[in-house]
Amino acid sequence: MAQPPAAPPAKGRAKTTELPEHLKAYKNVWVFVELEHGRVHPVSWELLTEGRKLADALGVDLCGVVLGPKAEGTDQAIAEAFHYSANRVYAVEDPLLAEYRNEPYTKAMTDLVNKHKPEILMLGATTLGRDLAGAVATTLQTGLTADCTELAIDADKSLAATRPTFGGSLLCTIMTRAARPQMSTVRPRVMAMGDPDRSRSGEVVRESLGMVEDEIVTKVLDFIPDSDTNQAQLAYADIVVAGGMGLQRPENIQLVIDLAQVLGAEYGCSRPLVQKGWMTADRQIGQTGKTIRPRLYIAAGISGAIQHRVGSEGADQILAINSDPNAPIFDFAHHGIIGDALEILPALTEAFRKRLSVDRLAG
Amino acid sequence: MSQGPNMVVCIKQVPDSAQISVHPVTNTIMRQGVPTIINPYDLFALEAALRLRDQLGGKVTVLTMGPPMAVSALRKALGHGADEAILLSDRFFAGADTLATSYALTSAIQKLDSQHPVDLVFTGKQTIDGDTAQVGPGIARRMGLNQLTYVSAIPSIDLEAREICVHRRAEGGVQVLKTKLPCLITMLEASNEMRRGSLPDVLRSERAEIITWNAEAAGVEDLGKCGMKGSPTKVSKVFAPQPRAEKAKMIKADDGSPASLATAAIETMLAEDAGLLKVMAPQSTSA
Amino acid sequence: MTEHFDAIVVGAGPAGNSAALVMARAGLSVLQIERGEYPGAKNVQGAILYADAVERVIPDFRDSAPLERHIIEQRMWMLDDHAYVGSHFRSDQFNEERPNRYTIIRAQFDKWFSSKVKEAGALIICETTVTDLLRDTSGKVIGVKVDRDDGEVTADVVVLADGVNALVSSRAGLRPELKPQEVALGVKETIFMPRETIDARFNLKGNEGVVIEAAGTITAGMTGTGFLYTNGDSLSVGIGCLISDFAKSQVRPYFLLERFKQHPAIAPLIAGGESKEYAAHMLPEGGYHAVPQVHGDGWVMAGDAAQFLNAMHREGSNLAMTSGRLAAETIIAAKKAGKPMTAATLKAYRKALEDSFVLRDLKKYRRLPQILETNKHFFTDYPRLITHAAETMLRVDGVPKLDKERAVMASFRSTRKLRGLVVDLVKLGRAWR
Repeated sequence: MAQPPAAPPAKGRAKTTELPEHLKAYKNVWVFVELEHGRVHPVSWELLTEGRKLADALGVDLCGVVLGPKAEGTDQAIAEAFHYSANRVYAVEDPLLAEYRNEPYTKAMTDLVNKHKPEILMLGATTLGRDLAGAVATTLQTGLTADCTELAIDADKSLAATRPTFGGSLLCTIMTRAARPQMSTVRPRVMAMGDPDRSRSGEVVRESLGMVEDEIVTKVLDFIPDSDTNQAQLAYADIVVAGGMGLQRPENIQLVIDLAQVLGAEYGCSRPLVQKGWMTADRQIGQTGKTIRPRLYIAAGISGAIQHRVGSEGADQILAINSDPNAPIFDFAHHGIIGDALEILPALTEAFRKRLSVDRLAG
Repeated sequence: MSQGPNMVVCIKQVPDSAQISVHPVTNTIMRQGVPTIINPYDLFALEAALRLRDQLGGKVTVLTMGPPMAVSALRKALGHGADEAILLSDRFFAGADTLATSYALTSAIQKLDSQHPVDLVFTGKQTIDGDTAQVGPGIARRMGLNQLTYVSAIPSIDLEAREICVHRRAEGGVQVLKTKLPCLITMLEASNEMRRGSLPDVLRSERAEIITWNAEAAGVEDLGKCGMKGSPTKVSKVFAPQPRAEKAKMIKADDGSPASLATAAIETMLAEDAGLLKVMAPQSTSA
Repeated sequence: MTEHFDAIVVGAGPAGNSAALVMARAGLSVLQIERGEYPGAKNVQGAILYADAVERVIPDFRDSAPLERHIIEQRMWMLDDHAYVGSHFRSDQFNEERPNRYTIIRAQFDKWFSSKVKEAGALIICETTVTDLLRDTSGKVIGVKVDRDDGEVTADVVVLADGVNALVSSRAGLRPELKPQEVALGVKETIFMPRETIDARFNLKGNEGVVIEAAGTITAGMTGTGFLYTNGDSLSVGIGCLISDFAKSQVRPYFLLERFKQHPAIAPLIAGGESKEYAAHMLPEGGYHAVPQVHGDGWVMAGDAAQFLNAMHREGSNLAMTSGRLAAETIIAAKKAGKPMTAATLKAYRKALEDSFVLRDLKKYRRLPQILETNKHFFTDYPRLITHAAETMLRVDGVPKLDKERAVMASFRSTRKLRGLVVDLVKLGRAWR
């Protein structure tokens, strides 16, 4: 077990707090580069882009953490971390890290932190990132703020992590003043991804895992990829079409699917449809579902409750269709059509079909 | 000693976020009148435990940390069919973040474990008011339980061999994992559907004595690790999101027909982002 | 094994809560069954609470009930499209130690009321719908069946306080289906603004509050009224009309409310506030003649289910609480006397209602619903005529007052004819008696 930093009693509301001496050794901003089956989850690059801003504000280094087997994909991940502006990469390469398991990953991460002492550690709020973050934070006895939507450095150089609370009705800013590292997770597509600079490289610090298979209780028997089970890939779709209670009947979901097919888009829905069992949870857009950031989002018959807004307002362009001119969705959509989704959706499908075939002929 | 697994399900009482609103003038949450519910994600955990009990026997204890009013969440859980309920309530627990919460819950589970060894601890994947998804992993870490998060199914459990096999949602697929009991499971949403308790269950739940433990009764060793004191994270401010200045521009068409509106909408969207055409209908690129 | 209770109460609104509380306090074993997620879940926001009816059930309610403001001023307005005439009654006497009327938020009040029922010892279960009444071979009601497994439970008597829709009572054939002309649909919303703004706009201090009742062209020729209540830091604004009229006119209730809010008499009062919590509610306004049979073998009916609502004075919750209490008292007396809960025994409930203001008030206004339903000009012509008359008389423009009076009288006569005016007067007079 790690030596938990003894937290001194909190000092009321002092505006700037002097960091306890033993925590001053914690420096630099770390981003966990999430590597699975040879692929890096794009959220890692989004976090490195964001981490660069924080590191610059603090005047410290930005470092990536890559855990994985000794393999080409791991080398590639390390190289790319530099392209996304990491100054240094900490890597643990071990066959035990080939498939994600909590035990070896937690050990690798906590050992790295205890040895190299980062002041900030960011992870993607993916199923892997959250599984790991909770275990690491508890082991290190430090603070962890989940699902942040905004990260900033405040006057006394602490991380001010802002996240939605109460279903997105409010935002709150959370500080970890008396423990290090300050940990946070960020959901995919919340932060923008910068452009990679292929010419960059940097220092790689390699550490060993120090574990053997027999010490790990949990075994991976199999991995069933989503490509085999038709899971929705909403988060990274360029165009998303979604329906809400305005669809009125479960069979009208087909109208959403039809439009999505013509556009080559992903389709999704608002929470009530999942609760009613009309669509599966992997297609839910919103605070308790997926955050999307497409170039175009078409929301049909969705009222736009705050819970939905939080997950969709990052879209470049939002077209909302609703029969109620006072629906809150029109407060954050860019364009609106006041009308019945059941009539507008097929009309859009038809009009797009025509427009695209004309375009194809012309092109 | 019963043959089936001894299970503890951690639940949390939360305000129903669907019915929450921000006071337009003071910008604070209007808690008054906002109904409280069992965190919806916890219901999947409770149902998973109840199903195992139906299959194998054993016992399901629901545990929550919260103010005295959280008793109503426990009663609901009993109404769904849980066997026993324990409320952890003490002013020392107030203001706890996830780290301090997992500490207090762990103390209570360890106490239960000392009375009768606990085989499985269940939590929801996250709460809807905090969304942190950390209390489960926190408990697992503190108790040294094998941690199984985002579990969508429990295809097999072997109490003799003390082995359990689960499906775990991972990025891009499902992991099939095998591990040893005792373990901590956080259930994925939609992995099952909460049963409706029978009338006798509901009547029993309303009459049941709810065991209440304060910090001492729960066997908490270090009060400094509880509540506000034991929480490394502090909320520095709470504020309402900035409303966007502009409302949606409404698309109009002369005859107001769906077809005209659709055409007008398409032209408006393409005028804003002509590049959309390139990402549309990828099946056409091969043509 | 089926459990048995002294009494089962269906519904946890004001009528059901009063009945359950009074019986539980008297030591009866009471099971109360509520369809909603929690007591009050099915209730719309702002409302008026009449202290007397509550006091008779919970004497010290003022110490703990969530009350918004006590009412010190009543405004009765008649509106046409751009004006209103009316009376205001404001009295410092209403600033008494135990005020008579309060504004409340129903969802909160009902929850509090239910907590008192629980304290009294009743067993309350929610999210449970009564699907049927259990009867013995003689047809006597002996319990209920709910939408849960093993869902039968028996009792000596069932109190049906299942609200305006009376789903249980109707299904059991104990209450006729509502007729559209007997039910009003009310829509209301809560408009938030700082307490100080409300105090300044309505000349209030402390917990003083104002109620405005409005009738006239705001209901677009339909039978109905509008209202505005002051809560702590919000206003409740609403309007309601008969369902039959909505059906005929095709006017959407929401549109009506929007128009009411934009009326020059209302708009300045709500200006700058933020609208939240739009809600719709049905009100049984059939009056005395619509009251169904309220007792039978093994059952009694109370509150909205039994049409206990005084549309003229906009009173409902007090009739509900009183009927619930009277039902409970009847049952307690029968229990003490060792009498079976037959129709003959429970007839005492009907008698108690007749002796109380509940049925006496409804009887007094028994003709009103029909008159208002068939004489729409009370909501269109008269408000226009009266506001026009006031405007004519007040405008100083060199026209002699006598000529003005003549013009006003002429306008009344040309609109309603002399005979019509007299008939209207007689009708209203009779309705009032």
